[in-house]
Amino acid sequence: MILALIFLPIAAALAVFGLKSATAIRVVLTTAAIGHAVLTVLAWILPPAPVMDGWLLLDAPGLLFLSITSALFAMVSLYVLGYLQRENWGKRQDFQEDFLFTNSRESAFVGCLLLFLAMMTLVTVSQHFGLIWVAVEATTLASAPLIYFHRHRRSLEATWKYIMICSVGIALALLGNFFLAVAATLAENDHVPMLVSSLTAKASLLHVPWLKAAFLFLLVGYGTKLGLAPMHTWLPDAHSESPSVISALLSGALLNCAFLAILRIQQVLLAAGLSLFGQNLLLGFGLFSMIVAAAFMLRQLDFKRMLAYSSVEHVGILSLAVGLGANAGYGAMLHAVNHSLTKGMLFLVAGNILAVYQTKSIREVRGVTRVLPFSGALWVMGFLAITGSPPFGTFLSELVILKSALDQGRFVIAAAYLLILCIIFVAMASVVLSMAQGEPGELPAGSRNHPSLLFPRESLLAVIPPLLLGVAVLVLGIYIPPFLQHVLEQAARTFGMV
Amino acid sequence: MELWIDALIVLLILTNLKLIGSSRLSACIRIVALQGVLLGILPGLVNPDQMTLRAILLSAITIVFKGMVFPWLLLRSMRTSSVRREMEPFIGYSTSMLISVGLLALAMWMGGRLPLPIPLKSPLVVPLSLFTIMVGLLAIVSRKKALSQVLGYLVMENGIYAFGLALALKEPLLVELGTLLDVFMAVFVMGIAIFHINREFDHIDTDLLSALKG
Repeated sequence: MILALIFLPIAAALAVFGLKSATAIRVVLTTAAIGHAVLTVLAWILPPAPVMDGWLLLDAPGLLFLSITSALFAMVSLYVLGYLQRENWGKRQDFQEDFLFTNSRESAFVGCLLLFLAMMTLVTVSQHFGLIWVAVEATTLASAPLIYFHRHRRSLEATWKYIMICSVGIALALLGNFFLAVAATLAENDHVPMLVSSLTAKASLLHVPWLKAAFLFLLVGYGTKLGLAPMHTWLPDAHSESPSVISALLSGALLNCAFLAILRIQQVLLAAGLSLFGQNLLLGFGLFSMIVAAAFMLRQLDFKRMLAYSSVEHVGILSLAVGLGANAGYGAMLHAVNHSLTKGMLFLVAGNILAVYQTKSIREVRGVTRVLPFSGALWVMGFLAITGSPPFGTFLSELVILKSALDQGRFVIAAAYLLILCIIFVAMASVVLSMAQGEPGELPAGSRNHPSLLFPRESLLAVIPPLLLGVAVLVLGIYIPPFLQHVLEQAARTFGMV
Repeated sequence: MELWIDALIVLLILTNLKLIGSSRLSACIRIVALQGVLLGILPGLVNPDQMTLRAILLSAITIVFKGMVFPWLLLRSMRTSSVRREMEPFIGYSTSMLISVGLLALAMWMGGRLPLPIPLKSPLVVPLSLFTIMVGLLAIVSRKKALSQVLGYLVMENGIYAFGLALALKEPLLVELGTLLDVFMAVFVMGIAIFHINREFDHIDTDLLSALKG
């Protein structure tokens, strides 16, 4: 079953690369996305058996992150159907700088999208550190062409920064892997295999200084991919220049995969009794990321960049929570779910706004609730959710993290955490509300989407996926189903935090 | 045997210095190719008793990829972009040379202080790999042309690879092949990106890629 989860999207991708008809490509994409989601649901009911001597197995954190990825991908693939339909495939004018550009071929786009899904799945099920590395690097390579979907200068610049910064970061993670292998060398011909299970079982035998060095390099390496400041510099560019669907996947699914990779090495540190060393580093990086994000979100002029910096903020919260440990670990797991769903929703809605207004500038967008009643409402709802307002799930998870900080008597951290959240709330509120309200100016010609009867400018495929994601976050704030609760707790326990 | 290992390591160190001090891109690409071939030979010298079929296969693949395929890809994208030289890097050539000599000293010092769980055939291998990684990073941050940055990335990757070789770390074959394939794909994708950058901007100077800010 694990192999099916990985090979289904790969097979679909290979099929898509050979197809020419747009309809056939879209059918394959939807089938693969639904098939992947069904397999993921099956994995909840029947825990799949380990494959390849335990190299691939689905434990609680893996299952959790796989489910986020799969659910988000299913929503995104629905949205993509509408998106590809309304995309203009010929030469067209860039709305920012007036030059002409084209898109890359649809088969290449959808094929890379499916490969991207396969590689993210591989990250979530891998138990071998070498394999995790291979998969994380492969996600970078599969997603680079997606960022360069609109073939123009700015997206090219973003793609170049993305490949270069992430590849160098991940190369450092490879060095971290080698350091880990040194730490796992007991004698001339006696190694502990690089599996999470073997390393945790024999953790007391590992060479401590090398293990610490390995953690540092893996943290910096995968932290680049995760978007922790100061390694986050590729992130706002990539998110603002790629199509909104891709931003949703990068932010909602890919960041979690990198986070999981860091958690795996933290798992080994925990078993070796060095948990505090890792936690303090994560705490520092987390807090710094939140500060940097807040600084860039004040006076932000571009709403997609604002959402990108909000991702930096939330990975900061995640790593801060893991750094705090104890109950905050449970909060981190819950927050990872909430953030992915909310950010996915916000980027999809941002895509709707962008398609009609044809500008990313915050100042030029006014009156979204009038022009796009449905998307406008979702935009405001998404803002409330992402800033952690009750009754959304994010409120619950951010509260659990705050409570854990207070319980541990770390008042300075708790105060800083609250202050930054407040600053970000104000920064986002002024942006989102000014966009939502007001008198809409002259809309650019040809900005009409596929008109439907209900909403003049919004197609169902463009509003249903973000709506479903938003409802899911809302439900999570009110009621967490027992099966999810169980997996969340188990995942937190895997990383030594209950 | 040890003499040969040390000779090879000195040669590798010289390739790094040549790379950082040379402005002609084609020369740089050839140097990186040579470095790849030397790296492919290194395991045979360091652990001659462990030359199993697997080790020979990996060496051969390394030589083919790092010594032939990558340089070919890069030479091709150099020709299409009609850029021959790295003009005016952020850090000049003589300064770069001086910095890399400093880095070499640093690498030697660090290599001597690292406590290793197993004895090594040659004490120079770890300093070599650290030095190569640092030179790669230096090339990435100090050069403007996209192609030079890719070369820096490759050199850094070579240094990491050398570290694995030095300690005879045995990763499973699948992982080793996966790593090589990933690096190959990375260079391939970067090559395509360079082609597009050149077509879009008529140059491959990455310092002019500065539209996205804030």
